[in-house]
Amino acid sequence: MTTTSTADAKLNSYRSGPDERGHFGLFGGRFVAETLMPLILDLEQAYKDAKADPAFHAELEYLNTFYAGRPSPLYFAERLTEHFRAESKTGGGAKVYFKRDELNHTGSHKINNCLGQILLARRMGKTRIIAETGAGQHGVAVATVCARFGLPCEIYMGATDVKRQSPNVARMYMLGAKVNPVTSGAGTLKDAMNEALRDWVTNVENTYYIIGTAAGPHPYPELVRDFQSIIGKEVREQMMAAEGRLPDTLVACIGGGSNAIGLFHPFLDDEKVKIFGVEAGGHGLEVPNGHAASMNGGSPGVLHGNRTYLLQDDDGQILEGHSISAGLDYPGVGPEHSWLKDTGRVKYVSVTDKEALEAFQLCARQEGIIPALEPAHALAHVMKLAPTLPQNDILVMNMCGRGDKDVFAVAGYLGIAI
Amino acid sequence: MTETRIDRRFAKLKAEDRAGLVTFVSAGDPDPETSKRILAGLPAAGADIIELGMPFSDPMADGPAIQASSLRALKAGQRMTKTLGMVAEFRKSDNETPIVLMGYYNPIYVYGNERFLADAVKAGVDGLIVVDVPPEADEELCLPALAVGLNFIRLATPTTDAKRLPKVLANTSGFVYYVSITGITGAAAPDVAKVHGEVKRIKAATTLPVAVGFGVKTGEQAQSIAKGADAVVVGSALVSAIEKSLGENGAATGETVPAVLDLVKGLAAALRSR
Repeated sequence: MTTTSTADAKLNSYRSGPDERGHFGLFGGRFVAETLMPLILDLEQAYKDAKADPAFHAELEYLNTFYAGRPSPLYFAERLTEHFRAESKTGGGAKVYFKRDELNHTGSHKINNCLGQILLARRMGKTRIIAETGAGQHGVAVATVCARFGLPCEIYMGATDVKRQSPNVARMYMLGAKVNPVTSGAGTLKDAMNEALRDWVTNVENTYYIIGTAAGPHPYPELVRDFQSIIGKEVREQMMAAEGRLPDTLVACIGGGSNAIGLFHPFLDDEKVKIFGVEAGGHGLEVPNGHAASMNGGSPGVLHGNRTYLLQDDDGQILEGHSISAGLDYPGVGPEHSWLKDTGRVKYVSVTDKEALEAFQLCARQEGIIPALEPAHALAHVMKLAPTLPQNDILVMNMCGRGDKDVFAVAGYLGIAI
Repeated sequence: MTETRIDRRFAKLKAEDRAGLVTFVSAGDPDPETSKRILAGLPAAGADIIELGMPFSDPMADGPAIQASSLRALKAGQRMTKTLGMVAEFRKSDNETPIVLMGYYNPIYVYGNERFLADAVKAGVDGLIVVDVPPEADEELCLPALAVGLNFIRLATPTTDAKRLPKVLANTSGFVYYVSITGITGAAAPDVAKVHGEVKRIKAATTLPVAVGFGVKTGEQAQSIAKGADAVVVGSALVSAIEKSLGENGAATGETVPAVLDLVKGLAAALRSR
């Protein structure tokens, strides 16, 4: 083994990773086939150059402001706060804010990353874009930026997900993307990612792969995190304006973990800020292969270019996992989260499908916001946590996507005839 | 590093002035018993070097044929311990034919790198090809493998340019596996003229033998690819032959073992007839 876990090392900062080879302690790295290595190294260089180029930042900022609609509001969820205070047995109940990234163009945080990466692809002279998608939020965001910049685009999506997220499939088609349903495996996000990698290795000369989450080979976890960190940076400023201080508690859902790392990263060195990542507990962690909680119910392994916590059996075969949420239904997690788990900086918990559905309904009824099933997981943990916190505790939850894509599926689960 | 069965085999091929045939099948495909019989029959059918696939649930660099082969084996209960056991059993009757284990890193990592290397040596494995461990991570698996006397065979690809080639070759041993296309296994046939040029480029940079694979399906292709190379790798065509031979229930039939071995015989004959 190359690196000892930095869990036992004394850290000056939680924000300095990854190292030059893409490691976050034990996790991360670049585990890809040789065909892709030269391109990954090119990408690393292109990203370094872009980071040092004010014109790159200016263009991204312009697009974030006028195309994506940033900054997204930081919203005081007043009725939910009252609800939690009424529920509290200790006279507590945190003050709950939502970071409204569901209001971004395309309906989720995914656009933040796609705008950054499409600019990188252009800098690298790539003429064709591919991507994987689970819930279809990333696929829609990729199809959107490809339409905006006039680049052809193919999206790989598990056949199971194509069925359960059909509104997003229709959106991708309308935006001019080609959607390739993937039937291998269980036909979910992991299989879509395998197929996207196969496409990439075949068309490496002209193709740029926009990975949707903060995972994959270095430098993807770093660059996706950087593009998503606008979420946490805005929250810092907005909270200073609203409350005159930083929040006490942050909560975000974790599939691959891109919205979560985007919220968390700017706060990692503020040690008083408590941070919670919420994994998809599916039918429950005790049900074999019945959840998608790779950190709470998995072990370290190597998949899709990085070492991270994985759902796998004792022979190193990857399990499919299960979640009601297509966006969280992935057997791995971004390597930085694995490291933050082992260092103890972030506490990772899980909620079940059932709890997420309850949160989904509560949010719709109390706040008039229909959340995506992914942030409904985050809210399900807020439902448990907020009533136990004192009233002066300020909690921010990332509302990373809207639920339009889920209304048909949720109606089915709830037995509502449409 | 001491001489391995792979080194001795390439010396023999050189003496015979012919290119070798490297065959790939997945361990445990379509079931453990049939797979053992295929393995046992390969040397007599004309395989000079055997690549034995360590099945993985997510073979990202492989095309549909090898994906299906890997999944058939896993479904039939293949595990790393059984794959190593197959090699040990093969070695009881064949101490000459080199065996290279090929696959992805995760099943090795979960088995435990040190334990895996020790058990591989004990079983009689000669070399490793691990698709997703690049030279940048040599200290993880490549250097420990070399230290216990296993060859670590690296893939060079059309994207491995002159700048990168020395890095790829640095700790490679046994032979270099030239991937003839940018793509997955079993995809379109390679452009033979281009491959010849590429093999020349690699041979100019190393004294190691060069084997060429990806997309080679017929004896004719093997023959033309072999010019200038030291060996040709055939994989997808063999596991496709397994697939075609299976009964309606997906189980092996009386045709399965001969289907693979006959194909190997044809490929071997083509390579010996140039």
